[in-house]
Amino acid sequence: MKQQSRLEEILKAGSLEEILGTAVPYPKEIELRGEITEDVIREISRIKNEPEWMLRHRLKALELFKKLPMPRWVVGIEELDLESFSLYSKPEVSNEIKDWDDLPENIRKTFERLNIPEIEKRFLSGLTAVFDSESVYSQLKEEFEKKGIIMVPMEEAVQRYPDLVKRYFGRVFPPGEHKFSALHHALWSGGAFVYIPKGVRVPFPIEAFFVIGSALEGQFEHTLLIADEGSYVHFIEGCSAPMYKGFSFHDGMVEIYAHRNATVKFTTIQNWSRNVINFNNKRAIIEENAYVEWIEGSIGSHITYTYPSSVLKGEGARTAQYVVSLSNGQYLKDTGAKTWHLAPNTSSKIVSKSISANGGINIYRGLVRILKGAKNSTATVSCDSLILDEESKAYTYPHNQSDEPSASIIHEATTGKLGEDKLFYMNSRGISEEEAKSLIVLGFISEILEGLPFEYVEVLKKVIELEFSEVGGVG
Amino acid sequence: MVMLMLKVENLHVNVAEKEILRGVDFELASGELHVVMGPNGSGKSTLALTIAGHPRYTVTKGRIIFDGEEVTRAKPEERARKGIFLSFQHPVEVEGVKVINFFQRTLKNLRGIEEVEAYDMIFKAVEELGFEGSMLSRELNVGFSGGERKKLEMLQAYLVKPKLLILDEPDSGVDVDSLKVIAGVIARLHKEGTGILLITHYGRILEYLNPQRVHVLKEGRLVVSGGMELVKLIEEKGFAAVNGDETAVKA
Repeated sequence: MKQQSRLEEILKAGSLEEILGTAVPYPKEIELRGEITEDVIREISRIKNEPEWMLRHRLKALELFKKLPMPRWVVGIEELDLESFSLYSKPEVSNEIKDWDDLPENIRKTFERLNIPEIEKRFLSGLTAVFDSESVYSQLKEEFEKKGIIMVPMEEAVQRYPDLVKRYFGRVFPPGEHKFSALHHALWSGGAFVYIPKGVRVPFPIEAFFVIGSALEGQFEHTLLIADEGSYVHFIEGCSAPMYKGFSFHDGMVEIYAHRNATVKFTTIQNWSRNVINFNNKRAIIEENAYVEWIEGSIGSHITYTYPSSVLKGEGARTAQYVVSLSNGQYLKDTGAKTWHLAPNTSSKIVSKSISANGGINIYRGLVRILKGAKNSTATVSCDSLILDEESKAYTYPHNQSDEPSASIIHEATTGKLGEDKLFYMNSRGISEEEAKSLIVLGFISEILEGLPFEYVEVLKKVIELEFSEVGGVG
Repeated sequence: MVMLMLKVENLHVNVAEKEILRGVDFELASGELHVVMGPNGSGKSTLALTIAGHPRYTVTKGRIIFDGEEVTRAKPEERARKGIFLSFQHPVEVEGVKVINFFQRTLKNLRGIEEVEAYDMIFKAVEELGFEGSMLSRELNVGFSGGERKKLEMLQAYLVKPKLLILDEPDSGVDVDSLKVIAGVIARLHKEGTGILLITHYGRILEYLNPQRVHVLKEGRLVVSGGMELVKLIEEKGFAAVNGDETAVKA
């Protein structure tokens, strides 16, 4: 029997809330609250039955967290009282679920509402679903398992592939980088571990989907992706949370290691509900002639800090970072990209597109650093801001620095406003103000949409239309 | 009996506190073609934009009645849905929005035609008018020449088939070949029953058309209304010769 298309249903939905869903109460097995002490960390490690080396890693990170100052570029974070958050929340699910039917109904429904099982069936190579602090579902299609591709929850990788994990975990994005990376390493839970063997090309994307199930919760998932020499993979990350009254905190991390000649595309579509404070730590190390492409789409959340970073380590390494941020309403997106050129003939491209509406604020914060000796390297940065009304704002803080005389950095920035005449032209064709805004926004980011799979583009279009519909976005 | 379609009554319009239209009256029956001529700065574009509902043009006195309903305060998209279509003198560039997608949206909103059907219709219309199909995959008006923009406006009017088509200088900035094409589309729509209010500075385009009435706008007022003989007079002696007193019937 043909299953009713959930995609269609989403496209027909009347409001964002219908897509995100309202909170479904679910029983929680373990919930840790209160101060972050060594005991809390030991307890998490004990529950996960971790080896000693991982516990030590966490405790070292906790020490750093306590010592490190609040980063100066963080604004608005004072709303966070870390001690009031549930730092570890394990849903009542037995580990290693490989069939949606084995999930408790309420959790399964949350994912079904987001169309995840159907998308998996139709065009993914594999999927990991994280609910609160744990990966609740993880499945790689059999044909890919046979090729030696590994995709398992991060915890399972710690147990089954300790050598691989030790070699990379915390090496791309170390705990000592700043206060929130230290906090992440101390509390990490859930996330995916992906390994693509030499020369293997994964034809369809692999997806991880993250859901925060209740208010006053912290989510600290860790994704580690290793692309061995000459391999290819497209990893898609989706984030969502139903509406709750209190704040939730997300401090996730992605570490990518692209070996020689490998290609990794990493796409994030973040649509957290508007009470999530979202911190992201994303970095890739890129070896000789390898290529990493980041697409970072931030739609939801109360505040988002995200700067996908690329370290061009090997000669001829390349990267592209596409960053799209929408602040519709009194929200803040502090986004951008960071790139370090360490070797000759490396190239990078940053394309940032921000949209501010109804009092929204966007900040572009970017870094391009070409080190001496990175001969003939090139970097281009383009920063476009679209401001849809008088109350909204966009700022750009680029920092471009080259210490290598034969290298070049090109920086371009534009700011566009939705002028009265443009709006009137569209109105006079029967297009309302709301509709005109969504058309203009979709047009503004069309260059980036072109790089995404059809299903995602359709859902994104719908989400943006709903953002600017008369009903308004989810507040 | 001839149905009254558009009635403009004692229309006063301000732009940024400055009075541009100072009491304009005229009537256009359904299916008629009227021409409004006038020197630069007389308020021709203001009249067009006010009827279409541009928010920068404030009606301080008077009324606009379309199809028996007052639309003086209606939103521009509501007027468009009632059947008023403005072909712009300076169509704006809309970056990132493809012509074909924009037209599909227009047809959906103004005629209730679904995407797939609209797609076929648009390509058929391009062929019928002898336009370049490649313009449909470009971004709306972005990098289009003046002539191309005017043609695109005509293509939209042809697709929408409005009750009332207001043309704001469709002949400015176009070459002779384009002018013939544009006039051809206007004549075709007129023949199919669309009421037309044609604003022009020159009158060159009128060689290809057959207007029922010509109005002359000067300093925010219609000083005279009459037939084609007014056009001839203006061509020979300029707008200075037309003052309402010594020429044809007063508006």
